[in-house]
Amino acid sequence: MRVMVFVKATDDSEQGLPPADEMTEMFEAMGKFNEELVNAGVMVAGDGLKPSSFGKRIHFDGPNRTVIDGPFAEARELVAGYWIWEVKDMDEAVAWAKRCPNPMRGPSDLEIRPFYEMEDFGEAATPEIVAHEQALRDRIGGE
Amino acid sequence: MAADPTHRAIEAVFRIERARLIATLARMTRDVDRAEELAQEALLSALTEWPKSGVPDRPGAWLTAAAKRRLIDGARHQSMLERKHAEIARERDAETDMSAEAIEAARDDPLGDELLGLIFAACHPVVSPEARAALTLRLVGGLTVEEIARAFLSSEAAIAARITRAKKAIAKAGVAFEVPRGAELRARLGSVLEVVYLIFNEGYAATAGPSLVRPPLCAEAQRLARILAGLMPEQPEVVGLLALVEIQASRLAARADVDGRFVPLTEQNRARWDQLLIRRGLNALDRAEALGGTDGAYVLQAALAACHARARSAESTDWARISALYDRLAEVVPSPVVELNRAVAHSMAFGPEAGLRLVDDIANAALLRNYAPLPAARGDFLFRAGRTGEARAEFEAAAALAANERERDFLLARAAACAP
Repeated sequence: MRVMVFVKATDDSEQGLPPADEMTEMFEAMGKFNEELVNAGVMVAGDGLKPSSFGKRIHFDGPNRTVIDGPFAEARELVAGYWIWEVKDMDEAVAWAKRCPNPMRGPSDLEIRPFYEMEDFGEAATPEIVAHEQALRDRIGGE
Repeated sequence: MAADPTHRAIEAVFRIERARLIATLARMTRDVDRAEELAQEALLSALTEWPKSGVPDRPGAWLTAAAKRRLIDGARHQSMLERKHAEIARERDAETDMSAEAIEAARDDPLGDELLGLIFAACHPVVSPEARAALTLRLVGGLTVEEIARAFLSSEAAIAARITRAKKAIAKAGVAFEVPRGAELRARLGSVLEVVYLIFNEGYAATAGPSLVRPPLCAEAQRLARILAGLMPEQPEVVGLLALVEIQASRLAARADVDGRFVPLTEQNRARWDQLLIRRGLNALDRAEALGGTDGAYVLQAALAACHARARSAESTDWARISALYDRLAEVVPSPVVELNRAVAHSMAFGPEAGLRLVDDIANAALLRNYAPLPAARGDFLFRAGRTGEARAEFEAAAALAANERERDFLLARAAACAP
């Protein structure tokens, strides 16, 4: 299964990069962890994100779209980085996540979210619904 | 196994460590069965200890230390019987420090040589490719015999027997659990890559049974290919195989329609191709070519897969380049199957007659007798050349040969579409 692992933002990460020496230390620890992930065939992708002050939000309300400039409040609800892992199950994802060095200076969170897979719609979706959904996708994705 | 969350968490940690643990133990004991037993005993110790003490900082080292202690205890009991084991027991006196830190330092293995050594042993050419695949899935992938049997649509007894035979052959040949060097590495690397690709293909183009693809096998092969490319990043064919399986796997979701029917490459909805895997595959292909692997069999096949991955529509496929790559592949690994694919490519690039000419050259190859894709390809060429009567006969012949039910349905549908 494929999961996305979010590194949740903190007040610190929203301020930008840490001082150089701290960053070097963090890069080393994180580099080692990433290498373990690669050698185990688990890591598919991953990157860090700039603070939300560099970001923009597009707010939808009916036909209206409003663009809101960052920074955004509530650091804990923001994302500072992510990985995509391929693992056998959530237990394995959790076991790997626990090995991650603390990505932040203070207390911080990783959040693991599995991707939807076709089987997830299985029981709920009748063949007709799936066919319709696929036809729709085909049209959206069509040349 | 256990529903208890603590046990499940411990087992997840164990699964991450298992292959390396077995690799270390197999190197010490030269006995895969014993290594598996010791690993299992280490898991049991962890299930007893960790709920009290918490998961140690270095779980791998902890498990190795626990298994080693079991090995030495076992050797002590048998020391009257076997001198060799007594030696191991004597070694223990020299090796008083059995702390996790000491073990971790001793197994400091930045190149992952131990795991690689296990993979090379499991894929040793003394073992048949099918048995190699089963053993590799068991030892490296950590699949149970039941899971492997289900994956290969075989019985548990048959898979268990296959694995036992493989272990015996390895023991008999005195295979070292080490990474071969130099010329031997080159020779044996081929049999490792062959196993990974066999596992992948069994998942990608299921040779039998009701379902066209078995994604779990593809996922196992991808993981193996990623591990190998992580441990041998300088080997162009390893990186080429990674590129190949990533790009092929990107099309898994598009290969079957909602009813599980086979959808040929040219008719697949390309929006359903997994762009993340394509990107990974194309990156790997670039690396393999930069390593000087352009003419390797896997790199060439990855380059072929990449031609399709890069084409935004079936119409924009660069068939001339694909034909040229097949021409080269046919020289590097001459085989009737490659020739057949080459014929298909030429038919797309230069017209159905070009395909028919090439396919007629190989029509009598022994390897292609009873090979459904041969009449299927001829049928397609004839159909496109307007010779529908002959095409229908070929499609019907192909359908009679197809082992996969989905593929058979597809061929019968094509036969039916050949209006007289």
